[in-house]
Amino acid sequence: MKKLALFTAILVICGLTFATVIAREKPEKAPYKIGAVIDVTGGASGLGEPEKQTLEMLAEELNAKGGINGHKIEMIIYDNESDPTKAVTKAKKLVNEDKVIAVIGATQSGTTFPIIPIVVGAKIPLVSVAASWKIVTDPDTKQTRPWVFKTAQSDSLAVSKIYDYLNKNKISKVALITVSNGFGDSGRGELLRLAPEFKINIVADERFGEQDADMTAQLTKIKGTDAQAVICWCIQKGPAIVAKNFKDLGMTQKLIMSHGIANQKFLDLAGDAANGIILPAGRLIVAEQLPLTDPQRKILLDYKSKFEAKFSPAKVSTFGGHAYDAFMILTNALKKAGPEPEKLRAEIEKTKNFAGCGGIFNMGPDDHEGLTKDAFVMVEIKGGKWELLK
Amino acid sequence: MRRDWSLWAMLAATIFLLPLFVKSPYYFSVLIFIAIYGMIVLGLTMLMGYAGQISLGHAAFFGLGAYFSSILTLHLHLNPWLAMLMGLVATVLIAFLLGIPTLKLHGHYLAMATLGLGIVLQIIFKEEVELTGGPTGLTGIPALTAFGITFSNDRTFYFLAWIFMLALLGLSINLVHSRTGRALRAISQSQVAAGTLGIPVNRLKLSVFALSAGYASIAGSLYAHYLAFVNPTPFGFLVSVKLVAMVVIGGSASLWGALLGTTLLVSLPEFLTRLQDYEMVIYGAILILVMMFAPRGLTGIAGKIFELLHGLTRGKNAQAA
Amino acid sequence: MEWHSQLIQYLATGITTGAIYALVALGFTIIYNSTEIINFAQGEFVMLGGMIAAGLLAMAGMPMWAAIMLAIAFATIIGIIFEQLSIRPVKNPSVMNLIIITIGGSILIKGAAMIIWGKDDRPLRSFSSSQPLHIFGAAVTPQSLWVMTGTLLAVILLHFFYEYTITGKALRACAYNRKAAKLCGISVERMVLFSFGLSAALGAFAGILIAPITFTSYDVGTMLGLKGFCAAIFGGLGSNPGAVLGGLVIGTLESLSAGYVSSGYKDAVAFLIMLLVLYFRPAGIFGKRTEKV
Repeated sequence: MKKLALFTAILVICGLTFATVIAREKPEKAPYKIGAVIDVTGGASGLGEPEKQTLEMLAEELNAKGGINGHKIEMIIYDNESDPTKAVTKAKKLVNEDKVIAVIGATQSGTTFPIIPIVVGAKIPLVSVAASWKIVTDPDTKQTRPWVFKTAQSDSLAVSKIYDYLNKNKISKVALITVSNGFGDSGRGELLRLAPEFKINIVADERFGEQDADMTAQLTKIKGTDAQAVICWCIQKGPAIVAKNFKDLGMTQKLIMSHGIANQKFLDLAGDAANGIILPAGRLIVAEQLPLTDPQRKILLDYKSKFEAKFSPAKVSTFGGHAYDAFMILTNALKKAGPEPEKLRAEIEKTKNFAGCGGIFNMGPDDHEGLTKDAFVMVEIKGGKWELLK
Repeated sequence: MRRDWSLWAMLAATIFLLPLFVKSPYYFSVLIFIAIYGMIVLGLTMLMGYAGQISLGHAAFFGLGAYFSSILTLHLHLNPWLAMLMGLVATVLIAFLLGIPTLKLHGHYLAMATLGLGIVLQIIFKEEVELTGGPTGLTGIPALTAFGITFSNDRTFYFLAWIFMLALLGLSINLVHSRTGRALRAISQSQVAAGTLGIPVNRLKLSVFALSAGYASIAGSLYAHYLAFVNPTPFGFLVSVKLVAMVVIGGSASLWGALLGTTLLVSLPEFLTRLQDYEMVIYGAILILVMMFAPRGLTGIAGKIFELLHGLTRGKNAQAA
Repeated sequence: MEWHSQLIQYLATGITTGAIYALVALGFTIIYNSTEIINFAQGEFVMLGGMIAAGLLAMAGMPMWAAIMLAIAFATIIGIIFEQLSIRPVKNPSVMNLIIITIGGSILIKGAAMIIWGKDDRPLRSFSSSQPLHIFGAAVTPQSLWVMTGTLLAVILLHFFYEYTITGKALRACAYNRKAAKLCGISVERMVLFSFGLSAALGAFAGILIAPITFTSYDVGTMLGLKGFCAAIFGGLGSNPGAVLGGLVIGTLESLSAGYVSSGYKDAVAFLIMLLVLYFRPAGIFGKRTEKV
């Protein structure tokens, strides 16, 4: 009697737990459901938050105009807490339970890799907003993954742009200082890989942790080398600390950073120390300085004013821009081809001359990113503001 | 003893019958995670509840299992089962060696030592990029296969994971009801007293520590093959804390507590997605409240409810007589 | 850069970070001494100090010194509330219980901070100018000097407190022998309350000192708390001078190893040192030999 009762108690508790999970199932038909797995909290929250906001804003705007061919868009956004495991469960939820027709995400390469097999296995398109070229191209077979696309510029492009700049300025000796996480690792990988091609000599290769509060030790080591430029590859608060330490140490080399700092938060944190830093960036942060003939100018200014009006005091960031591009490319294709997965996929692949926030996209069967080096412009920070370098 | 085995049988039946009612791969994946974390928590419950030792670094053993499996199958192209076995042996050995100096400590010192070990191991996972892929991790880990079945989708993996879980649960039930189990319980009450009774305290503590590391290693290997991807994030301090929370909330004195605690803490965040931002606050509050008001966890509460009901029926019978 | 300048640079950074670890370690030691509890939530008070100060300074017209005082005051109150609600009511707590309660407390405070202030990193103004001074070829920022002198001041004040005030002596009495202290008429409960408040204040002070250098956000507390704990163990739990020494040693070794050995493993240094101490001399450098470990 006792054991039966105890077992029933346990079963009831387990059962209740599942019943509640199952009970959330609600069947729906007409709206186009688009899923997104974003790193809204956790280590990449500074990137994920504007992405989420942008997606919500654009979906709202599109629905106000009547949706796509009469179908409203239902944007289902899940937070993966910058954790690959959670990214997997959320992706499965989107694909199996919510039955979305496409998935946008994730924010970082590290959280995108594990969800690729899930979305691809379900044969629906995945549009990532993360940087690594390995997302769209299998690194072992070098084949383009048919169901995966991305809108963030590859770090390989950013590195090429930086190395071009260095070549132009006759700088060949470079010190690296990168963060020990997916973003930093990927950048470091590209920096090392492309150096010989551009005849760059890497004289130091320092690393620091995501949570590290002081990089003076690493910079001191670099100060002792004959580096002419220092390249720092990091996002969130790390680059601001590097900038401050760099200034405090009185280092005179050129300080170059990645496109990961192209947002107002970096300027706020680094303050004066940001001045003089050079970086490759999408045109979004210097939209007003673009010549009137630039095809991206209008879209960028439009997005900027809408975003800042809705989410003030937040300012636009390149990350939100990636989400913008993902949403627009997806919905444009949806408009032309409808929700049937293979047709949708083929239509996304046909994206040509799309002027987005990250650049001008020209995709094809072998190019699911669609951007070139020209997606970037070189920018210098002067007086606390972004200035386009000609 | 019989009670535990009948519960075990009923659980096994439930597990095998469930797929008749549940279809969505999403629910299977939640159940798979319950099984995987459940294995680690089971081992940890034996360590904490039965042997009375605390470990704040168990996620590292989870990681060791995952990385051994991944590295051996990806870089050396070994058979995944062989890799899992080798990973198990290696992890148990490492735990044993690390345990020798560590288990001489008590209370806070033991907690901090295990914490330190866990953190150092996770840093190694992050830094040894050539071996572990660093923060980016390793992708494309091959699936497990047996008897012609490839365990690559949620439905099949569900069975695999729960077969392992049931096996380990059975092993634990055996252990707990044996002489060793009683010896362990003596140790958790008082190491000195147990020692005077002739119980080889140090050897037993070490063995349970190594065993619990082994459970975690198996869970880690399964995890790696399930996700086909590993990186250092799931093997850090915060996860170790969550594991301890699962032990404590379920009730460290009972093996079933491990299952309860894991089920609760794995599925709760799933259906509270609207309260995502509050997850940390809720976690912290639950830990504090459980420790303050129900230190024996959910199984403790269930036990008390029983005593109450039992007492009532007894009372009635007494009166009737 | 000549080798001696490099060395001095590493030392300067190391002592600055070490001073913060020392303050955190002192926080652990103070509570441990009167209660034998390890407060895993200690790091969160460091976080609270910096975050509250940053929040206050964002309000127009708030002078720096007022923000500092208020931030410390708020953190102290939170520390006292924590003790009253979570520690005091527990009857017959076991070691495991208390560890988990304080861990729960740290998660709760961190989660609350995330909800209140968001996930962004926040800068804090340096106390004085930001122009670095050059000492023997190494660049030392004024804020680092603030950190070092602030810590020194706190340590000296603490010493006077323990040596020359009644409350201080009462706290020491509790550390030696609680029962005897009670028999002398010392209210042990009040001493416990006081220790929590004092630790929180010290932690918050540390957080404010370091925030201009490292920025602050809702999750800075975890690592700082853990490393401070390593320092406390190194010096010997229960020894104030040990805590300070431990903090300085760990901070310096961390910096030196990042500079001369490997920057990637920097975080591991504090924990490896702690493990070595625990394995070979668990009572720590100045710990009481009779410590039951």
